[in-house]
Amino acid sequence: MKLKKICAALAMCGLALGVGSAQAQKLSGDKIVIGFITDMSSLYSDIDGQGGVESIRMAIADMEKQFPGKKIELVFADHQNKADIASSKIREWIDQAGADVIIGGTNSSTALAGAKVASEKKRPYISIGAASSRLTNEDCTPYIVHYAYDTVALANGTGAAVVKSGGKSWFFLTADYAFGHSLEKDTGDVVKAAGGTVVGAVRHPLSASDFSSFLLQAQNSKAQILGLANAGGDTINSIKAANEFGVTKNMKLAGLLMFINDIHSLGLPTTQGMYLTDGWYWNQTPESREWARRFFTKMKRMPSMLQAGDYSAVTQYLTAVKAAGTDDPDTVMAQLKKQKINDMFAKNGYIRADGRMIHDMYLMQVKSPAESKEPWDYFKLVQTIPGEEAFTKLANSRCPLVKK
Amino acid sequence: MTELFGIPLPALLSQLLLGLVNGSFYAMLSLGLAVIFGLLNVINFTHGALYMMGAVFAWMGLTYFGLNYWVMLVVAPLLVGLFGIIVERLLLRHLYKLDHLYGLLLTFGLVLLIEGLFRSFYGVSGLPYSVPEQLAGATNLGFMILPNYRAWVVVASLIVCFGTWFVIERTKLGALLRAGTENAQLTQAFGVNVPLMVTLTYGFGVALAGFAGVLAAPILQVQPLMGSNLIIVVFAVVVIGGMGSIMGSILTGLGLGVIEGFTRVFYPEASSTVVFVIMAIVLLIRPAGLFGKEK
Repeated sequence: MKLKKICAALAMCGLALGVGSAQAQKLSGDKIVIGFITDMSSLYSDIDGQGGVESIRMAIADMEKQFPGKKIELVFADHQNKADIASSKIREWIDQAGADVIIGGTNSSTALAGAKVASEKKRPYISIGAASSRLTNEDCTPYIVHYAYDTVALANGTGAAVVKSGGKSWFFLTADYAFGHSLEKDTGDVVKAAGGTVVGAVRHPLSASDFSSFLLQAQNSKAQILGLANAGGDTINSIKAANEFGVTKNMKLAGLLMFINDIHSLGLPTTQGMYLTDGWYWNQTPESREWARRFFTKMKRMPSMLQAGDYSAVTQYLTAVKAAGTDDPDTVMAQLKKQKINDMFAKNGYIRADGRMIHDMYLMQVKSPAESKEPWDYFKLVQTIPGEEAFTKLANSRCPLVKK
Repeated sequence: MTELFGIPLPALLSQLLLGLVNGSFYAMLSLGLAVIFGLLNVINFTHGALYMMGAVFAWMGLTYFGLNYWVMLVVAPLLVGLFGIIVERLLLRHLYKLDHLYGLLLTFGLVLLIEGLFRSFYGVSGLPYSVPEQLAGATNLGFMILPNYRAWVVVASLIVCFGTWFVIERTKLGALLRAGTENAQLTQAFGVNVPLMVTLTYGFGVALAGFAGVLAAPILQVQPLMGSNLIIVVFAVVVIGGMGSIMGSILTGLGLGVIEGFTRVFYPEASSTVVFVIMAIVLLIRPAGLFGKEK
């Protein structure tokens, strides 16, 4: 009898608590809608794509219990690397599906366009996959968060490290579009500031059919370092051809934007010894390993920095909604910029006034086949670059939101 | 050092050679397209996807069955050809009486299907495939270091291209093929099994694409979209050479490879557009293409 009473009392308390917390959260439409737009079918779909969707689903599943009685929905779409598709999809989600936050995937041009729409409609736009540092400089808004990495951090990582290890003269092989140009410029600046020289560059069209001509030109430059200011398949084909033509015998390659998936595709014999800058590596901490294993059981491949970033960003967003007790965009943005980010992705991360998420970046070197102990064991940590040094200094930010 | 237009001569020579290597791929692929268009009147958009299939088959053979490059150089084109024969028998043959456009739409749809299927299995980052041991290393030619494998690509593709040309233009079988192209009904009246010939020709044409795919596997990223990057250029080559012209497609393929190579030195930014500029000029001056016959 007594036991029954206690049980009933506890149940009442529980009910009351449940009702209480439900009342405390004011959610538009009584639910949270997360929109995720990325390349799901083309050249960048392995580094984000379906894996990114899965990461976000994992984040929602892990956070759901903190929102009893509320629904957290995910809508996602393929922007096909077209800026107009990205912006019209985001507009549709906000106007019709009641999207509360947009997670932006790969491709800088879609991110710049999409973030603009989200900002006009006052919805947080958290960019994970895009590299362009314009998102937190010229094109910054109060609603943009640039989460995982950017071109400046890549340049500061690989560029500075390679010059320090003796690679003074550089030649760039650059993808001939906005991303490649800014990566070449940012890295060139870092190289020169560190006392190195840039002897030349050759610009190749996006998805070039063959790289051997460009590589011979690079070889004739007699530079020590060949900086690859390109991405994805272009980087892979450049590296393959560089090995074939013996360019690697007298020049060292520096991949300025490489993901673990690129290394997996090329194999360690071809890539060993290369430097690259990463924002996250699955094998970096016990938490990251544990999460990566979960991801692996679903996707059969290890997560990239972007997929881990997707998980972390959604987790942090939902944490902010929980703490603020509402999904009102301005309140949540204020909360996001207030909270410390400590999870499997970042330690002591924080979001600055310009929207840049500051966290440590890592200079990695690709292992030799002998050093690699298991599948996907590809990187050794050369140097941790503190967040404040990796990204644009706040004093140098060109974002009007930064009060100087 | 001798210079030409401000570029050292050795550098120019090496670009000429590299242009020939790339031209070999154009020649092999456009040859297949020309053969198919010549006999079937089908604009075969699947060609790029089948080229990719050849490369992926090479990778599969090595990874799953331990079959080396040389074995797959024979097996992969056969498999691709077989696939082509099935496609022709089941789908394409129903469209011969209709406008070209229907064949183009069907084959384009097939591309999306094939690429999508491979993408969902293997992703887009690419599959590793290395140069066969026998051809590893490079030879110093004095003006440049040429990887042995690239030299092999040129030799192999020249043999295949001119072999095909010889069979079609200089043998009895070729004569029948050409007769079938000119007038199928009349050829059939002479007791030639034209539908079978059409099927086998399609199979052979796409097998050429598969062969090119295996040749490309060690030097390019093997991934589901590798064909779509190439196919548009190859179509331009066919148009410049003259639709359906065998020799035209071989010579144009090699020639455009060389022109593209030189563009990479003088003005690299334009290297992916130069082929289309030439196409526009050729179409203005000779609408039937350089080697095509006006009808």
